[in-house]
Amino acid sequence: MSEKALHDDHSELIGPGHTLGTITDKISEIALIEPKKTPIGWLAVTGIASLGVLMLGVTVVNLVFTGIGIWGNNVPVGWAFDIINFVWWIGIGHAGTLISAVLMLLRQEWRTSINRFAEAMTIFAVMCAGMFPLLHTGRPWLAFWLMPYPNTMGMWPQFRSPLIWDVFAVSTYATVSMLFWYMGMIPDLATFRDHAKNKISKVVYGLLAMGWRGAARHWDRYETASLLLAGLSTPLVLSVHSVVSFDFAAGLVPGWHTTVFPPYFVAGAIFAGFAMVLTLALPIRAFYGLKDFITDKHLDNMAKVLLATGLIVTYGYALELFIAWYSGSPYEAYMITNRMSGPYNHLYWSLILCNCTIPQLFWIKRFRTNVWMLFFVSMSVNIGMWLERFVIIVQSLHRDFLPSSWGMYSPTIWDWGMYIGTIGFFLFMFMHFIRLLPMIAIFEVKLLVPRSGVTGKSGGPSHGKKPGSHGPDAHTAGAGSH
Amino acid sequence: MIESQEIKPRPSTSSLAPAVPEPVPAELAGKSGPAFWQSLEELAGTERFKDFMAREYPTQAARMLDLPERRTVLKLMGASLALAGFNSCTRQPDEKIVPFAKSPEYLIPGQPLYFATAMPWAGGSIGLLVENHMGRPTKAEGNELHPASLGATDSFAQAAVLGLYDPDRATTVSNRGRISTWEEFLVAIRAQMNVQEARQGSGLRVLSRTVMSPTLANQARELLALYPRATWTQFDAVNRDNARAGNILAFGADVSVHAQYDKARTIVSLEHDFLGGGPEQVRAAREFTNSRRVRAGSTLMNRLYVVESSPTQTGAMADHRLPLRASEVGTLARLIAKGLGLPITAPAGASAAAVRFAEAVVRDLQANRGSSIVTCGDSQAPAVHAIVHAINAHLANVGKTVRYLPPIECLPQATGQVEAMRKLADDMRSGRVETLVMIDSNPLFDAPADLDFKAALAKVPFRVQVSTHVDETALECDWQIPLAHFLESWSDAKAFDGTVTLVQPLIAPLFGGKTAHDVTAALANLPGQSSYDLVRGYWQKQKADAFDVNWRRWLHDGLVAGTQAAPLSLTLRAFDDKDANPAGGFEVAFKPDPTVWDGRFANNGWLQELPKPITKITWDNTIQLSPTTAARLGIAVGDVVTIESGGRSVSGPVWVSPGHADECATVFFGGGRTHCGHVGVNAGFNAYPLRTTTAMWSFIGTEPKKTGDNIAIASTQEHVDYEVVQHEVEKREILRVRTVASFAADPNSLDAEARVGRPDHGHHPTSLYATAVEGEIARGERDVSQYQWGMVIDLNACTACGSCVTACVAENNIPVVGKDQVLRGREMHWIRIDRYFDGPKENPRFHHQPLPCMQCENAPCETVCPVGATTHSPEGLNEMTYNRCVGTRYCSNNCPYKVRRFNFLLYSDYATETLKLQRNPDVTVRSRGVMEKCTYCVQRINSARITAKREDRTIRDGEVVTACQQVCPASAITFGNISDPNSAVAKQKREPHNYSLLDEELQTRPRTTYLAKIRNPNPELETT
Repeated sequence: MSEKALHDDHSELIGPGHTLGTITDKISEIALIEPKKTPIGWLAVTGIASLGVLMLGVTVVNLVFTGIGIWGNNVPVGWAFDIINFVWWIGIGHAGTLISAVLMLLRQEWRTSINRFAEAMTIFAVMCAGMFPLLHTGRPWLAFWLMPYPNTMGMWPQFRSPLIWDVFAVSTYATVSMLFWYMGMIPDLATFRDHAKNKISKVVYGLLAMGWRGAARHWDRYETASLLLAGLSTPLVLSVHSVVSFDFAAGLVPGWHTTVFPPYFVAGAIFAGFAMVLTLALPIRAFYGLKDFITDKHLDNMAKVLLATGLIVTYGYALELFIAWYSGSPYEAYMITNRMSGPYNHLYWSLILCNCTIPQLFWIKRFRTNVWMLFFVSMSVNIGMWLERFVIIVQSLHRDFLPSSWGMYSPTIWDWGMYIGTIGFFLFMFMHFIRLLPMIAIFEVKLLVPRSGVTGKSGGPSHGKKPGSHGPDAHTAGAGSH
Repeated sequence: MIESQEIKPRPSTSSLAPAVPEPVPAELAGKSGPAFWQSLEELAGTERFKDFMAREYPTQAARMLDLPERRTVLKLMGASLALAGFNSCTRQPDEKIVPFAKSPEYLIPGQPLYFATAMPWAGGSIGLLVENHMGRPTKAEGNELHPASLGATDSFAQAAVLGLYDPDRATTVSNRGRISTWEEFLVAIRAQMNVQEARQGSGLRVLSRTVMSPTLANQARELLALYPRATWTQFDAVNRDNARAGNILAFGADVSVHAQYDKARTIVSLEHDFLGGGPEQVRAAREFTNSRRVRAGSTLMNRLYVVESSPTQTGAMADHRLPLRASEVGTLARLIAKGLGLPITAPAGASAAAVRFAEAVVRDLQANRGSSIVTCGDSQAPAVHAIVHAINAHLANVGKTVRYLPPIECLPQATGQVEAMRKLADDMRSGRVETLVMIDSNPLFDAPADLDFKAALAKVPFRVQVSTHVDETALECDWQIPLAHFLESWSDAKAFDGTVTLVQPLIAPLFGGKTAHDVTAALANLPGQSSYDLVRGYWQKQKADAFDVNWRRWLHDGLVAGTQAAPLSLTLRAFDDKDANPAGGFEVAFKPDPTVWDGRFANNGWLQELPKPITKITWDNTIQLSPTTAARLGIAVGDVVTIESGGRSVSGPVWVSPGHADECATVFFGGGRTHCGHVGVNAGFNAYPLRTTTAMWSFIGTEPKKTGDNIAIASTQEHVDYEVVQHEVEKREILRVRTVASFAADPNSLDAEARVGRPDHGHHPTSLYATAVEGEIARGERDVSQYQWGMVIDLNACTACGSCVTACVAENNIPVVGKDQVLRGREMHWIRIDRYFDGPKENPRFHHQPLPCMQCENAPCETVCPVGATTHSPEGLNEMTYNRCVGTRYCSNNCPYKVRRFNFLLYSDYATETLKLQRNPDVTVRSRGVMEKCTYCVQRINSARITAKREDRTIRDGEVVTACQQVCPASAITFGNISDPNSAVAKQKREPHNYSLLDEELQTRPRTTYLAKIRNPNPELETT
C-alpha cells in the first residue's frame, strides 16, 4: 500500500461495519456503565494500584519527616532513584504530546484512536515525574524557592542553573498538556452528558462539557484552539526533554557533559513513551474489545516508531563510545570502561539488550502485529529506558574525577517504595481515567468511518477552511444520532 | 433500670462506692466471681460500670475520649483568643538570674579566652591552649611555647574536648551500683585505711596509668611513706618496657631517648612509628618535615628508611620502606650493626632484599656520621634497642642527633610495667590484697590476658575504680568514683623532655568528678586538700623564689620554667645479644589502634569516625594481612577470622593492606569495648585476650582461620581494584611526585617523572576566550577585594595524622554520623586525607593528599545551584548560605573534588545538653537537608577583619590561621592573601612545583593548590 493510500483509505484504522452510532455506543458505554456493573477486572487492577498509592503515601510521609537519608543517595551519588524516576516518567509522557500535537500537524490519522489516552498518560506521567524533583530536595517545604516570585528580600532563583530551566520546562509542559487534553475532550464530554443515564453523571459531564452544543461556531473555535495548542505543544516535545538533558549536559561529570544529550534524550523519550502507550493499549484493547478502534495497523505504526527511535537511541550510545575514544580524555575513557566492566556493568549490558537488541525484532512485520511480541518488546523498552537513566546518573556519578571519592550506591526499600508507589499512583489515575472519561476520541474516530461524500480527509487546511463540515460529520452533540 | 446520671461520680474522689443500684442486675445471677471486687457491677463487667470506672479513674487516653461539645470548643477558642493578649501579664516564677555585676577580668561576651594547660599522656604530655567561650572550653590548640606541641596538636588532643562533654561519663559516686556520695566513700575508705594502717599497708594496692604528674608522684611517695608495705603499680597497655629493658642492657639504667629529627640527614626507623600516634608525634612530625621542605634554591632534604611489619604513618613517609615481620626487624638491625663494623653477629637466613637494603643503609649511615638517627620501636626486643644505642654511639650521633635524658616517669617502678602488673595480679590472687584502688585504669579490659585479672579482682575484698566512665572494671568494683577530665582538673604534667606544664581547669567538673590528687589525698587521710592546694603547695616547695609571680607566669605560659631536663652523659656497656634468631611460623603482631589508641577513646565519636591514617577505616579495628598472604589463605576484606593462642582466641575482620609483610598478621587492639558509653560499645573487636605478658607485641602462632562471617568495614576510601586506581591516578595527574635530585637540577621542568608515570603531551588546554573570572573582573561584574584568600598544601610534609580532620570537626561543629552512614558514603568531614598507592602491592609507595574545598575561582558548584545558596565572595571564597539551601545536591554532583557534604538526616545532635556546650558559637549548626563544606574557616577571617578594622589597618599575613593549618604538626598547610606578593602563601604559590588539581582539564582554577611531593631515594635502591 502506498503512502497516499494510507491517507485516503481508513479501512485499516477502524474495524468494518462501524457506523457513527456504534462508535458512540461502544466507547461511551465503558465510562457510562452503572457503578454496580463495573468490571471485576477493573476493580482488581484499581485495587492493586490503590495499594501502590498507599505505599507512596507512607514513603512520602517518612521521607518528609525523616529526611532523604532514608534513600540510598550519598556522596558521590547525590542523585539516584529520585532523578532516574523523574527522567523516566517525563520521558514516558512524551508520547502523548508527540501523538496529539506532532502527528496532528503531520496529518497522521492513525493517531486518532490512541491520542486521547496517550495524552492522559502524559498528564499522569508528568504528575509522577513532578513529585520527584520536589521531594528529592533536602528541605521540600522550601522547594518553592525555585520559583521566581517577588519577595521582600529581593531573592531570585539562580537562573544559570539547569534545575531552574527544568522548573519552567516541566511546569509549562504540564500546563499545556493539561489544557490540550481537557480541551480535546470537551466534545466527547458533551456526548457523555447526552448519553448519561443518571442524574449525577449528567450534571458532572454537563459541567465539564462547558456548554458544548456542537454548533458550527463551537467547532470553528475548537479547531482553531486545537491548532494553536498543537503548535504550542510541538516545540515542547523537543524542548522539555532537551532541558531535562541539560541537567546532565550542563554538569561536568564524565558521562553527563555530552553535546549529544538533547536530541538523544528526546528520541529516548519518544521511544519510552511509545513503549508505554503500547504497554497500556494492548491490555485495554483486549479487555474492552476495542480491536476495531486500535487495529493492527495502529500497532504496526507504533512498532515502527519504536524501531526508528530505538535506532536513534542506539546511535546515541554509539556516539558516547566514539567520543570517549576520540576525545582522548582519560575521564571519558574510564567512564565508558566503567560502564562496560565496572561494578554496575550488568545494568549497562542489560540496557543495550533491552533498548538496542530486542527492538530489532520489529524489522519483521509478523512481530509488529503480534500482541505478545509487542507487549514483550514494549516492556523491555520500559525497563531498558529506566536502566539507561540509572547508567547515566548513577554510573557516571559513582566514579568521577578523584578515585579517592569513588563510591557505590545501593537503593533502600524506601527508594523502591517511592518508585513502585508512583507506578501505583499512575495506574490508579489511569484506571479512573478509562472508567470515567472518554478514553478514545469519539468524534475523531468517527472521521475514519467510510461515508459517502465525506472522505474524512481531516487536517490543517480543511480544519481551518471548512469547519462547518465537521458538525454534521462528527455528529456528536445535540440530539442523539441514532 | 438506673439512669446514668445516678452513677455519675461526685466531685469527691473518695467515693469509691457508687450509689448501689437497687435491683441486683440480672447479669449477676448465678455468678461466683473472684474473691476481691469493688462492686457488684464490676463483678458483672457491664458496659455501664466500665463507663463509670473510666470516668472515675481515667487514664489519659480515656480522658481524650471525653470530647467536648462543639459549643464548648468554640467558647474555649474564643476565650483563648481573647486571653492571648494577656499573656504578658502572667507572673513568671521567681528565678533570679544574676548578671556579672563586676565582670570577670578579660571576659568580653563573644570573645574567647585562651588558657594554657596540658593533656597528660604516658611518655610525655602535650601543652595546649584551650579556647574558652563564656566559661565553656570549645577547642584545644597547641601551645607554641611547649616543646612537645610547638603550636600544633595531635587528634587525641583535638578530640579531648568532646571527651569532656561526653554525656556517657560517670555522673555520680556509686557503691555497688547504688548512687552514693563522695562523703560516704570517704567514710568507707577511712575504715579500710585504718585497717591498713595497722598492717603498714600490706593489703593496700593502687593501680594507675603511668604517672606523669610530679605532684601526684609526690603524693604517692607520701602515701607509700605512710603505708610502707603498700605498692603503687603503673600500667599502660602501650608501654615502653622493651625500651626500658634495652636501655638498662645498654647503659645499666633507664633513660629517655630524645631523637632530634631535624638535625639528621639519614633516619632509619626499625618498626618505630615516631610520626604515628603517641607522645612524640607532634614534635617529631614538625622536626622531621622541617628538613624536608624542599623549595627552589633550598633542596636539602633528609632521607628516611623504614623497616616495619604493617604500614604506618612513618612507613608511608619513607623514601625506602622494607616490609619485614616484626621478629625479623631485629635481624635487619643486626645486619646494619654488623655492616657498620660493630661486634654483632647477624643471623643467617635474611632475604636478599633485606641484605641489599641493609647494605645500602649502612653506606648511607657511614656517609652521614653524626647526622643520622637509628631508632627502634617499643615493640622490638630489648636487645634490638641496645643494638640501636650501640649503632648511634658508633656513628657519633649521640649528643648531636640523639640525646639521652633522665627517664620521664615521675614515679619510677623497680620493674617494667608488665612485670609490676604480674606481681599485682599474683598478690591479688593469693589474697594479699585487701584494698585495691584503681585510678584511670581499666585492667579488666586491657591487662595482659594470662593474668586473668577478673578472677584476681574477685579475690580482693574492697575494690575502688576511679574512672571517667562506668567501664568494664567499674562493674566489678565496690565503689566507682567519677574521674574528672583533665580539662576540669588542677594538676601538672611532664613532657618528653621533663618540661612541666601546670594543668589548669577550664570548667568546674561537669559531673562532680574527682581528680587523682583528690583520691590519693583521701587515701592519705588528707581529704580536705584540694587539687589546687596540692599542686600549688608542691611547686611552692620546689621553687620557692618569687613564687607568686612565677606561678602566674607558669600558668600563663603553660610551662614551669627551668624544668627541662639536662642531657645525660652515658657510656655504653658491653651486652650479650640474645634471641638473635627469629622463629619461623606464622607471626601475629599487635599495634594500638591509630585513633582510639588502647581503647580509652572508644566512646569518642570524633576519633571513632576519624579515618585511620593508612587504611581510612572508621569505627572498626581490624586484623591486617598482606595481599599475598590473604590470597594464599583465601581471605578477603571483611572476612571474620579467628586467631588462637594458648586456649584464648579472638575473632575480627580482616583488612588486606598493601605493603604489609607476608606471613604475619597485625592485630589492632583498642576496639570491642563492652562498657564505655553508647558510642564505642561494640565498635570493633576486643583483641586483648590474645595479648599476654609474654606476648605483649607479637607471638608465633597459628594462621588465622575463617569463621565464614563477613562484616562490612566502613572505610572512607572504597576498596576499589588496586591496579585500576593506580592507573587512573597516573592518567589524571592527581599526584605529582619528583625526586629531589631532579628538582635540584631543574626545578621548573615538568618532566616525565613529575606526573607519576604519565608522559607529558605538552597538552595544556587553553580557552579561546579569556577565562570567565578574568572576563568578569574586566567587565566590572565581579567585586575584587584586596584580600584574595588562598591555600597551599605541601604534599611532602603531610604525614596523614588526621589532626586537621579532627580540628576541623571541632572548629566547625561537624556532626558524627556513625558507622552505618559512613558505610553509605555519608561522612561529613570537610577536609579529608586521600591516600594513594604507587607501585607493586607488596611494597608500594604511599601518597597522602589532604583535600579541603578547593575554593575554585570557576566553581562548578555555583552555577548549578538553583537557589543561589552557594556563591562567590569578593575575596575568592566559595561561600555556602545554609539558610538558603534547599538541598538539591546538584552542587555536590558537579563538584569534581567531592568535598561537599550533605545532611541526609538530622546529624547534628540538638538534644544532648552537654554536647551543646562544646559547639563553636561562631559557626552555624547545620540542620537536615542542607549542604555544607569547608569555608576556609570564614569565621576566623571575619574575626581578624573586625580586629583589623578596629585598629584601622589591613589584615596582616599570618593573622588568619585556619583550624587545619593551626593544628598541623607538619606545618603542611599555608593560608593567606594571595594578592599580597609578600605573603607566605603567595611565595609558596610561586614555587615551581606548585600545582592545581584537575585544573588543566576542568579550568576550575582552585585557590587551594599543592606543592608536589619530593622524594629523596637512594640511587642504590631506586630500581626496586
